Amino acid sequence: MFAATACGILACMVLAMARALMGPTVYDRIMAVNAFGTKTVLIIAVLGFMSGRPDFMDIALVYALINFIGTIAVLKFIRYGDMGWPRNVPDEPDDL
Amino acid sequence: MAGLIDGLSWLALLGGVFFVIVGGVGLLRLPDFYTRLHAAGITDTMGAGLILLGLMLQGGWTLVSAKLLLILLFLWFTSPTATHALVKAALSDPENPRPLLHEDAPPSKS
Repeated sequence: MFAATACGILACMVLAMARALMGPTVYDRIMAVNAFGTKTVLIIAVLGFMSGRPDFMDIALVYALINFIGTIAVLKFIRYGDMGWPRNVPDEPDDL
Repeated sequence: MAGLIDGLSWLALLGGVFFVIVGGVGLLRLPDFYTRLHAAGITDTMGAGLILLGLMLQGGWTLVSAKLLLILLFLWFTSPTATHALVKAALSDPENPRPLLHEDAPPSKS
């Protein structure tokens, strides 16, 4: 049962990877990588049950967190061109 | 009783795989970026929800199920947030093709 579920998720990961490789815009690629990460969380959980070691849930939880943070960070980088470092305020008084 | 729980778990897992594959095919086949986001949303809500529900039925009342529930709640909060940020970034990019809005549609004959 778990093997069938894992195979289905793996097939879908292949589809998401294909979209990430051929996506016309950068936003398609980010979306595909985000979906890929969600499926990675699912497959880590299923593999933990399949191998009889449900301790893998911690790894899945951390992976879900990192996936979200990574997506937001990449989006911010695409949108603003940097990661939002604190500005040198006295050099740019007009931006206040 | 155990057989019933096992059967429900089977059903949830297979339904989750069905939704995940539907989302994956939609991710590959739908025509533009904003419709593809819709397919990605199916995977994140129904697919992940049913698969984690099936695993929770297997785990029973243990700490593992609590962790699975945490993963599920977290996915349900972060996935719409990430999609919202993605659409905001895509709409603010002038080089990105805009979606077909309601005002762009030809006037209906009603």
